[in-house]
Amino acid sequence: MIPELKILFHQGKQYIPDVTTVEVPGIFSGRPVISTLPVDITALCAVCPTHAINADPAVSIDLGKCLFCGECADRFPEKIRFTKDYKLGSNSREKLIVHEGIDQPVGFDPAKIRGEITRLYAGSLKLRQVSAGGDNSCEWELGAAGNVNFDMGRFGIEFVASPRHADGIVITGPISQNMAEPLQICYDATPSPKIIILAGVDAISGGIFDNSPALDRTFLSKYPIDLYIPGNPIHPLSFINGVLGLLRAGKKK
Amino acid sequence: MALDAIPVLGYTDFLEHNTALMAHKDWHCINYFGQPVNGLIRLICCMANDNARTIHVNVALVNQSDQLPSFTRRHFSFHIFEREIHESLGIHYTDHPWLKPVRYPWYRADLNQKIENYPFYHIESEELHEVGVGPIHAGVIEPGHFRFICNGEQILHLEIHLGFQHRGIEKLMIEKKDLLSRTILAESIAGDTVVGHTTAFVNLWESLSGFTPSPDLVQARTLALEWERIAIHSGDLSAIATDIAYQLGSSVFGRLRTPIINAFQTWGGNRLAKGLIRPFRSRFPFDDTLAENFSNVLNAYWPDYTEMFDRMIDLPSVLSRLEKTGVVTREQNLQIGAVGMAARSANLERDVRKSHPYLGYHNINHTPVLMPQGDVYARTQIRDSEIRQSIGYARTLMQEMPKPSPQNTTINPPAPNTLIVSLVEGWRGEICHAAIIGDDGDLALYKIKDPSMHNWTALALAVRNNEISDFPICNKSYNLSYCGFDL
Repeated sequence: MIPELKILFHQGKQYIPDVTTVEVPGIFSGRPVISTLPVDITALCAVCPTHAINADPAVSIDLGKCLFCGECADRFPEKIRFTKDYKLGSNSREKLIVHEGIDQPVGFDPAKIRGEITRLYAGSLKLRQVSAGGDNSCEWELGAAGNVNFDMGRFGIEFVASPRHADGIVITGPISQNMAEPLQICYDATPSPKIIILAGVDAISGGIFDNSPALDRTFLSKYPIDLYIPGNPIHPLSFINGVLGLLRAGKKK
Repeated sequence: MALDAIPVLGYTDFLEHNTALMAHKDWHCINYFGQPVNGLIRLICCMANDNARTIHVNVALVNQSDQLPSFTRRHFSFHIFEREIHESLGIHYTDHPWLKPVRYPWYRADLNQKIENYPFYHIESEELHEVGVGPIHAGVIEPGHFRFICNGEQILHLEIHLGFQHRGIEKLMIEKKDLLSRTILAESIAGDTVVGHTTAFVNLWESLSGFTPSPDLVQARTLALEWERIAIHSGDLSAIATDIAYQLGSSVFGRLRTPIINAFQTWGGNRLAKGLIRPFRSRFPFDDTLAENFSNVLNAYWPDYTEMFDRMIDLPSVLSRLEKTGVVTREQNLQIGAVGMAARSANLERDVRKSHPYLGYHNINHTPVLMPQGDVYARTQIRDSEIRQSIGYARTLMQEMPKPSPQNTTINPPAPNTLIVSLVEGWRGEICHAAIIGDDGDLALYKIKDPSMHNWTALALAVRNNEISDFPICNKSYNLSYCGFDL
């Protein structure tokens, strides 16, 4: 028992006291900022492997397609800069598009948040995770969101073993054909009302796998999506803040 | 090597030659695949000799309609490659003992094969029962289906049915024409082995282009490989502690992984090192500030790590769950062609860092960590020893980091009609990427082998005659890749 106590003592406090304001270490590639500087637009758009950069009419980056590979910022450092802002989640697909000359948080559209989400889940949200062709990076980071550092359990947010116990599902991966049916079965097994969260670029847009014949993304066209969280992979703080944003933004209605 | 320089054998000689090599433990098959050419199928077998540090390649041309005797009948380690050839190219084997689907790719030869109708092995008996798990598991992990045949609590047989994660990466590698997309695809083969798979791709592509990376780039990539090993092994120890309900170990190892992967973020902006490894250049040179930062991370990690591991491995309640659980013997590992940690846990030396050195491993006199028992305990101990070894390597690599030098600007287009094979020892084991450049000077075939291709069979063997309640701990002791297998 004594060695265990010593270990506990040596570990000290490992949790992040405030996950909504903490600064991440190093040079995290988060929300990009686009300057209004004129550049070779055709060359800029051609850099992006997933066509996340659009220039019609002004330059914008779709975070739902962005791989955060940083290639555009490497080539056009005066035009695009990735900030350390990890609050990338939104309930609105349109809000994931970052526009030229506008440096403001991604944010939520409170009007679109279903009333039952705020009413039922603000204090406790149990989620079932489904990896549908995910490469195990987003899955890792979702696991990390529950560890002693990030500790999302403190907000009542938890992953559960069965869809029967869940209030919603979190999808990672571009949704492979071979996972389309298990995903549907899992969703059907989750009691209503239920939410759908898309975690990571692969889930939101297919990412680098977009248009692969191995995918079947028809599931996504059948149901409303409650939360999009960009990232490749998503950072645990992006996930926690995204879910908290969804649960809290509705209160301000 | 040039395609026309590869010896072409008749199928009988091809079979005799390659299977005969397997009689000696120095030899193993690193990749075996097929390519359709002019109505025929070119079978390409890549055999490595770990002692002579060589790779031998030979080729046979066959018709798709041929009924062929299998390699697998002679040596079981070929089973997964022949299954893949059968599934994707439709070659028929007359005597393959286990010709089951591999991953149900969208381009499979027989589209009537459906993933929902996987042909599971059955035993008719009133005393036995079956347990099906997955494809969606209870934890936050990837999908795969496990079908157990049990006698009471005891597992007689486990069949592992994968393919759910198939994204078509090998075909996308050819279809995407720009190098950045291909590099990002390599990063996405297995998100827990970003450095391993990206390095395999980058080494391959740079070699095709006649490019020699500068010493600082070589050193930084080697460091990244060892750093990834420290990170994932720490996380695996947490997972092992979780599955034996040792809460303190689970929490402490879990949180010890955090500063290691955060260091990757400090280096390249991503905790799993996506964006760090790029062909022909370094996006983020490893400078003195980073070296100091990484060194501080290790200084803080070391006392907490050693205190926790030394305590955990001293507890009888922990040892009783690890020792003699999930044993796979050396002979079994040889038979199935196991690689990496799985093989080394049963005294079978398979380590590309020593047998076929690349990057900075030419300068590291690497001695692979070997354990004799082949059980969960050995696979736990190997992680500990490798963490300690990799920390040592990382410290040396950081201290002796060469000053940044300009990159060689010679980048030639790949020579047409070339075959190239790239080997990297990822934290799981041997990663093999193979590519064929066609007449037009562009990729005509890209084949990826994650170590999991060999090692899933080891897990199926490990659980035999164990209690079904020990399945999770056996599974975690391997921690194999689903997406790396399904591609």
